[in-house]
Amino acid sequence: MKISVDVDKCCGAGQCVLAAPDVFDQRDDDGIVILLDATAPADQHDNVRKAAAVCPAAAIEVRQ
Amino acid sequence: MTAPSPSRVTVVGASAAGLSVAEALRRDGYTGRLTLIGDEPHLPYDRPPLSKQLLSGAWDADRLRLRSAEALDALGLDLRLGAAAVALDTGAGEVALADGSRVGYDALVVATGAAARRLPGTDGVAGVYVLRTVEDALGLREELRPGRRLVIVGAGFVGAEAAAVARELGAEVTMVTDAAVPLADALGPDLGAMLSQVHVEHGVRIIPGVLVDAVLTEDGRATGVRLADGRTVEADAVLVGIGARPNTGWLAASGVPVGDGVECDATLHAGAGVWAAGDVASWPHPRTGQRTRIEHRANATEQGLAVALNILAGPEHATPFDPVPYVWSDQYDLKIQIYGQLRGCDRVRIVEGSLAERRLTALHGRDGRVCAVVGVNMPRATRTYRPLVAEQAAWPSAADLDPALSAGPAPSARPAPSAGPALGAGPATSGRNA
Ligand SMILES: Cc1cc2nc3c(=O)[nH]c(=O)nc-3n(C[C@H](O)[C@H](O)[C@H](O)COP(=O)(O)OP(=O)(O)OC[C@H]3O[C@@H](n4cnc5c(N)ncnc54)[C@H](O)[C@@H]3O)c2cc1C
Ligand SMILES: NC(=O)c1ccc[n+]([C@@H]2O[C@H](COP(=O)([O-])OP(=O)(O)OC[C@H]3O[C@@H](n4cnc5c(N)ncnc54)[C@H](O)[C@@H]3O)[C@@H](O)[C@H]2O)c1
Ligand code: SF4
Repeated sequence: MKISVDVDKCCGAGQCVLAAPDVFDQRDDDGIVILLDATAPADQHDNVRKAAAVCPAAAIEVRQ
Repeated sequence: MTAPSPSRVTVVGASAAGLSVAEALRRDGYTGRLTLIGDEPHLPYDRPPLSKQLLSGAWDADRLRLRSAEALDALGLDLRLGAAAVALDTGAGEVALADGSRVGYDALVVATGAAARRLPGTDGVAGVYVLRTVEDALGLREELRPGRRLVIVGAGFVGAEAAAVARELGAEVTMVTDAAVPLADALGPDLGAMLSQVHVEHGVRIIPGVLVDAVLTEDGRATGVRLADGRTVEADAVLVGIGARPNTGWLAASGVPVGDGVECDATLHAGAGVWAAGDVASWPHPRTGQRTRIEHRANATEQGLAVALNILAGPEHATPFDPVPYVWSDQYDLKIQIYGQLRGCDRVRIVEGSLAERRLTALHGRDGRVCAVVGVNMPRATRTYRPLVAEQAAWPSAADLDPALSAGPAPSARPAPSAGPALGAGPATSGRNA
């Protein structure tokens, strides 16, 4: 799995952190997404897909 | 009788909610026919940037696309763009399109969103704008340059965000609202007053507490607005941001229950294999029992996901939609976030930061329980309070929180709008959002 985030689009919602806390975090000051693991282990793939789906800014892209 | 799982799902409305349904169906293993019908000619795009990055010119319209063409292709959709649904026949299980064709379904999702409310008599008047589509934003953008006078009618989300962009582009901005402060419904009086101050500091003239009656015109072009008290305000352009109405006209003769939106049950089912998601859907919220319709971006996606799961489960095994609503708004350098709903809240406490710093997290409560948390420029800290909203936690006593942060009105250069030891409560009865 290959994950990318568009920090310009990110609105700091933190929905991705709720869905996949092992893969995403937020910067303290402005809440912008931090990608902790751009490949993510297999047991995280469902959570990552969920995160990409719920991100209200469509800022997360997932490729197989 | 258990309904067989559907083999033909049709979704009307090709934006955030509709796309979310389609994606979630495929992700959850649905392999049947999937038709997505949208009346706009564009590939599905996102609306929040319309009043932010697209209006300011920071982004061009392509950046608003919700998914790449390849990602859409991979969904195996029968995608009908520029195609308006005009009627629904639940008996036959068919949607009628404007071009006369009909599309069948076993399960239908209404995701037709909402349209901007307009002021009467303004159709076709040059210089009058609403802000709902990419065309609206590009049109308004042309008007925003130094020296141009813009009157904004309404100080809700559209008005407040557009005012910030218009000032950044140098236009002269007057904002007229029937409320006392901008975003009064969504933020309550104290945060609204702070926001008001920020707009004034950025040079916005705010005329509060009065409705706009009419747009004044000369030779078919707007020259200003007339207020309910008889005053007039001159303008080169007028932006009307007075709320949105759910797009349900096409369901009129269908028998689908329609009030303020499509009236669903707690699982977002409106009966007869018809479901709804997004701005157009109303449902009894399991936590409050109140019929609720939410016009915010995250809700569109979450309801889309919920509807997809419930369609696959079938109406008898469908589960209630029980969200913690989320909304954000960007104005100038302020990032505002709200988890939960302020409706009916009767107490507020700033738990981190302060109004004076314009950086804060404020808990909101109703009937002794936490009902919402509002953050200004503290996204990460604000999110950590979300569980209190999700659990509807008992209202924390001051002793549970850092006393330095929780007591009394924050030190502020101007008098706090509501005196007393606690901040004023939020809106007693706000609109359907917030
Ligand atoms: C300018 C603006 C800024 C916003 N900013 C924010 C923000 O910062 N944060 C936030 O939380 N929310 C924001 N929102 C709200 C958010 O964009 C909406 O809640 C969201 O777009 C709702 O998605 P939806 O798919 O339910 O409806 P919509 O986005 O309204 O999409 C419905 C689609 O259905 C189509 N349609 C309607 N009738 C028919 C028909 N009969 N046949 C076929 N197609 C039809 C419409 O043309 C449209 O394409 C903003 C909204 C606007 C307008
Ligand atoms: N950040 C965000 O969440 C965001 C941003 C932009 C738009 N939106 C959504 O877009 C939709 C439209 O936004 P909106 O700002 O138009 O609606 P809104 O409901 O947020 O606010 C409308 C405002 O107009 C005022 N008003 C109504 N009639 C008036 C009149 N005749 N004269 C003066 N004031 C009047 C109301 O008091 C209210 O404050 C909403 O669904 C909103 O949630 C959301
Ligand atoms: S959910 Fe999306 S918008 Fe929110 S923090 Fe994550 S990437 Fe950013």
